[in-house]
Amino acid sequence: MNAEVAHIKTAAESALAKAFAEARTNLPGDDAIAARRAAAFELFAKEGLPHRRIEEWKYTDLRALMREAKPLATPPDTAAKAQAKSAGALVGDIDTRRLVFVDGAFVAELSDLGNLEAGLTVGSLADALADGDPGLLSHLGKLAPAGDTAVALNTALMGDGAVIRIAAGATIERPLHLVFVASQKPAATFVRSLVVAAPGARVMLIESHEGPAGSDYQVNSALELFIGERAHVDHVKIVGEGSDALHVSTLAAAVAARARFNAFTFTIGGAVVRNQIFLNFDGEDTVAGIRGATLIKDRQHADTTLVANHIARGCQSREVFKSVVDGEAHGVFQGRIVVRHGAQRTDAKMMTRALLLSERAEADNKPELEIFADDVQCGHGATAGAIDEELKFYLMARGLPAAEAEALLVQAFLGEAIEGIEHAGLREALMDSVAAWLKARTS
Amino acid sequence: MALLEIKNLHAGIEGKEILRGLDLEVNAGEVHAIMGPNGSGKSTLAYVLAGKAGYEPTAGEVLFNGRNIFDMEPDERAAAGMFLAFQYPLEIPGVATMTFLRTALNAQRKKRGEAELSTPEFIKRVREAAGKLGIEQEMLRRAVNVGFSGGEKKRNEILQMAMLQPRLAVLDETDSGLDIDALRIVADGVNRLRSPQRAFVVITHYQRLLNYIVPDVVHVLSRGRIVKTGSKELALELEARGYAEYQEEVPA
Repeated sequence: MNAEVAHIKTAAESALAKAFAEARTNLPGDDAIAARRAAAFELFAKEGLPHRRIEEWKYTDLRALMREAKPLATPPDTAAKAQAKSAGALVGDIDTRRLVFVDGAFVAELSDLGNLEAGLTVGSLADALADGDPGLLSHLGKLAPAGDTAVALNTALMGDGAVIRIAAGATIERPLHLVFVASQKPAATFVRSLVVAAPGARVMLIESHEGPAGSDYQVNSALELFIGERAHVDHVKIVGEGSDALHVSTLAAAVAARARFNAFTFTIGGAVVRNQIFLNFDGEDTVAGIRGATLIKDRQHADTTLVANHIARGCQSREVFKSVVDGEAHGVFQGRIVVRHGAQRTDAKMMTRALLLSERAEADNKPELEIFADDVQCGHGATAGAIDEELKFYLMARGLPAAEAEALLVQAFLGEAIEGIEHAGLREALMDSVAAWLKARTS
Repeated sequence: MALLEIKNLHAGIEGKEILRGLDLEVNAGEVHAIMGPNGSGKSTLAYVLAGKAGYEPTAGEVLFNGRNIFDMEPDERAAAGMFLAFQYPLEIPGVATMTFLRTALNAQRKKRGEAELSTPEFIKRVREAAGKLGIEQEMLRRAVNVGFSGGEKKRNEILQMAMLQPRLAVLDETDSGLDIDALRIVADGVNRLRSPQRAFVVITHYQRLLNYIVPDVVHVLSRGRIVKTGSKELALELEARGYAEYQEEVPA
C-alpha cells in the first residue's frame, strides 16, 4: 500500500507553485537549467515548506512563520535604484568594490566594475545563465544540499546573483562587497551567487542584506563558495534586513587542501532570519574559523544552523557563535560537527553562548558532534544566561551607570566573536552597530 | 562635619541581620582600620557602603559628605567619591584594563559635570600611576584581571583607586593573598594617596597590613558592632591576644 499522506498546501506553498508555473518560462537559463529548476521545484512541492517536525527546522517552522508568499520581484525602477545608492552602510567607511543588487537584480550602474584587479572576474548570474556560460554548470548546485527545501526553492526560482572567479594565485586587495537591498515594494527575491577561488587565491567577500523597515519582503539567498588549495578566503555576511522581512540564506562552501577559510555571520535585522551554513572540509590540513554574532530584540527570530563536515584529515575548525537576545526575541543555534571515517587528526571546537537581556527572551542551543574517526580532538560548549550581576556591580562601583555597565558587558561578550574578523575597519563598523543597538535599547 | 557618618546601622543579607547597630565617624585626612574575626560583618559593611544589591540596610543611616547614601545608586556613590577596593576583584573578559579605567573615569567626570580627559592626558596619568605600582604596560592592554595573579589583581585595584582619586576609599581585605613584596607595593600605593582631603577605611583580619598603612584609629568589629576603638597600638594588642575576648556577647 502506498499510503503517503499528501499534505494540504498552505497559502504560501500554493502561491509559490503558482509563481513558479507563471515564471518558469521567463526565468534565465537553457533547457538543462530549466530541467534543474523543474526537478528542484518538484522536490519542494513534495516536501512543502520546512516545518518543526523536520529536525533541522525544529525551531524555525517556516510553514507557520511564512504566512504568505510575496510575488516575485520585478526589475527595479529608477526610484528603487536611486534609493539603493546609499545602501551597504553597515560595513562603515571601509574601501570595498561594491556589487549592488536591488530586489535581487544586479544593477551595473550602481556597481563598481572599473579597473578589475588582475585575476578577478565579476558578473551577474542572470547574464551567465542567459549566455549559457559553460563554467557555470560545473559549479552551480554542486555544494548547496539539494535535499534542503530552502535550497530547492532557491534553485527553482533563482533570478540573479553574483558570479565571481579569482584566478590561481591572485590576491584581491579590496574586499568585494555584495550589497543586497530591497526596495519599498514588498516582493520575494531568490538570489544565487557563485564564488570560485582558484588555488592560492586571496579574497575577502562581504555580503550585506538590508531593506526598508515595516515592509514584509522575503529574501531567499544562496551562495556556493569553492575554496581552492592554499587559497585564503574571508566571508562576512551582515543581515541587516528591515523589521518585517523574512530572510533565509544558505552558505555552502568546500575547502580544499591547506586552504584557510574565515567566515562570520552578523545578524541584527529582520523579523525571521535563518542562516544556514554547510561546510565541507574536502582537503587535508585546512584551517577554518566559523563565527557569528546575533543581536535581536522585540519579536525577532534568528536561527543559525551550521553543519561542518570534516571529510579529509588534519583539518582544524573553530566555531564561535554569540547571541544577545532582548525583548521577546528568539535566538537559535544548531551546530553539527561531523568527522568522517578518514578524517583523522581533526581538531574541531565549537562554542555557542547566548546572553538573555530580558525575562521573555529565549535562546535554543543545539550543539552536536558526530565522530566516526578515532584520532580526533573535538569539543563543544553551550551556555545561556543573563548579565552577570556581580560584574555589573563591579563596573557600577567604579562609576558606570547601570545601562553603560550592561552595554560594556554586552560589547565584551560579542567582541570575543567579532575579534575573529580579519579586517580592523569591518570589526570597528560591526562594533559601532552593536553600540548603536545598545544605545537604542536604553534611550 | 565628618566625611563619613554611620549611625546605628543595621543591615543584612536575605533577612539575616549581620550589622547590628554600627556607629562610625571618619574625618577627611584620617585612616581608620576595622579589624574583626571572620563573620563579624567586615565585608558586609564594605558592600553596604558601596551599594551592592542584596545587602539591604534595615535601620540607621549613612551620610557621606552629608548625603544619605541609601538614596544613591552604586555609580552615584562612586562619582561622589566613594571607592571600594574589592577583596576578590572580578575578571572582565573582553574589556581591556585601559578601556575599563577610561570608561570609569569619564563616567564619573560626566556625572560631576567635568569634561572628559583627553587621550594623551589620560594615557599620561595611567602610565604614571601604573609605573609607580610596577604594573607593566602590557597588562593594561589585557582584559581586566583575566589571567592576573592574586597580587596583580590587588595592584590593579590600587591603580583604579589612584586613577579615580576618591574622597573615601574602603579597602576590603586588600592584604589577603599577598606576599610581603606585593603587600609593600600595595601599601606604598595607598600611602602615596594619603592626603588631608582623603580618608581610608582599611578592613583587615590581620595586623600585618597596618605595619605598612599606619592607621590613626583602630576599631574592633564583632557581631555587627564596633565594640572597641583605640589607637594603632590596639592592632598590636589584637595580634598578640586574638579576638577571643571580643567574640563573647557584649553586655548591652
